Amino acid sequence: MPYLVHSPDERAEMLGAIGVDSMDGLLVDIPKTLRIPRLELPDGLSEFETMAQVASLAAKNTVFPDRLTFRGGGVYRRFIPAAVAAVTGKPEFYTAYTPYQPEASQGTLQAIYEFQTLIAELTALDVANASLYDGATAVAEAAMMAAVHTGRKEVLVSGYVHPEYVEVLRAFGDGRGIKVRKGNEPTSKTAAVVFQQPDFLGLVVDAPAATKRAHEAGALAIACVDPISLALLAPPGEYGADIAVGEGQQLGLTPSYGGPHVGFIACRKELVRRLPGRLIGTAHDAAGRRGFVLTLTAREQHIRREKATSNICTNHSLCALAASVYMTYMGAEGMRQVAEVSFKRAHALAERLAAIPGWELAFPERQFLNEFPIRVPKAAVVNRKLARKGILGGLDVHRWFRELKGVLTFTCTEVNDPRALDELVETVSA
Amino acid sequence: MAGRLYTKTHEWLTADGKTVTVGITDFAQAQLGDVVFLELPNPGRRLEAGESFGVVESVKAASDLYSPVPGRISTVNDKLAGKPELINSDPYGDGWILKLELAGELPKDLLDEAAYKRFTESQA
Repeated sequence: MPYLVHSPDERAEMLGAIGVDSMDGLLVDIPKTLRIPRLELPDGLSEFETMAQVASLAAKNTVFPDRLTFRGGGVYRRFIPAAVAAVTGKPEFYTAYTPYQPEASQGTLQAIYEFQTLIAELTALDVANASLYDGATAVAEAAMMAAVHTGRKEVLVSGYVHPEYVEVLRAFGDGRGIKVRKGNEPTSKTAAVVFQQPDFLGLVVDAPAATKRAHEAGALAIACVDPISLALLAPPGEYGADIAVGEGQQLGLTPSYGGPHVGFIACRKELVRRLPGRLIGTAHDAAGRRGFVLTLTAREQHIRREKATSNICTNHSLCALAASVYMTYMGAEGMRQVAEVSFKRAHALAERLAAIPGWELAFPERQFLNEFPIRVPKAAVVNRKLARKGILGGLDVHRWFRELKGVLTFTCTEVNDPRALDELVETVSA
Repeated sequence: MAGRLYTKTHEWLTADGKTVTVGITDFAQAQLGDVVFLELPNPGRRLEAGESFGVVESVKAASDLYSPVPGRISTVNDKLAGKPELINSDPYGDGWILKLELAGELPKDLLDEAAYKRFTESQA
């Protein structure tokens, strides 16, 4: 199969047809100074040579094994059952393009419908969309929903919300005149209160209280949640949050240097016409059989134009499928086990690290699940020492928060076996 | 009570003293097709003439609704929440959308029935 579609002969023929004698003749309207006379590119490589070159470049990366990775901060190493790749790798699904036409794509549409159902159940809210790009854009999209719904122009970020999510939120708000403020007290100008549960440091926040404060000010409550945590903590719908969002990477996706991952968003029924992105519903065909179709599309920009809440018109379908397979395969019980094992390992680790002279939990009075902040004498020295032993240490959160000097957040999941914890503690104690 | 007046954005109104009732025209509902949802404001809100106050969504489009007059919303037709199809079946009766307390005078650019008819024919 020819990858370069135009042979020299074909080019000459096309140039002849329009009456110019060379490529330079075709580009005569572009000033000479803007033209690149010749691209100094090497000749093409064979598949074998390409693979060898990529492998040698990849070998320059330092790849920490999963079991010795204790860094989270929004992206986590977890066990991924083989069933996930087996389903997502099926050629019917494995495509960069998501076909939404109901007459041709019942399988794809049903898979999306299942994802929506699983997310709605997980968050205890009425409706979820087909997915968004990632946790950061999900937070931003939710905030835009709230601004349009309330007609207010301020979004309050309460507590330690992932700083990169807040950055994306600011970027989304900028063009729409929506201000992002950090603090805990909403006012009559506040469209939404955004909080993260557990927060960026891993600490459990008082989500019902934050929700109540939002509602008392006439604002919406947006809960950014860790999906695995919902196996142990109350789901947002239960404490009255209006919108739940989050990063779904932990549901069957590898860290992959930060993406592609999958964002999820769910809301109360009353807000469904503000929900961004694609939404699949069930319908019946002429013969009365159940089928799946795009629904409520009048929300979207191709119909609502500039009045649409969002400009998104696609989703991360393959990643959402991975999440659906993961949740279905693990089941409620499996997800609870994963959450409990992670919880126990992290608490065992926290206790052992806090016993090291000079180390202390940064917020000893606060609850956490599987990630926790700990203050150490010299954060950079600790991580260098660990890296030399092939261990990826905690995340230095001082980079974003001035008050957290010397604070590292450590994460444990089910992939950090007890022996890995020993290696970590022995290395930092030595 | 004066006769029905119209806007070029396809709302109608009737005025009874300072109370103005607003809906969308028969022409508008026929163009939209089956109405499935209305997004309506809360009573008490003050509107300028020409200000967008809500959205009417049909199976094929979603369109903004504009107030034909300045005033404060006194009543919203709450039957429409459960029966948006009233817009189609009875646009000038049970399908009314809201009532306003007129602030000031009726705008000068409202159309009477004959003028609105000419306008819609010129649009066709």
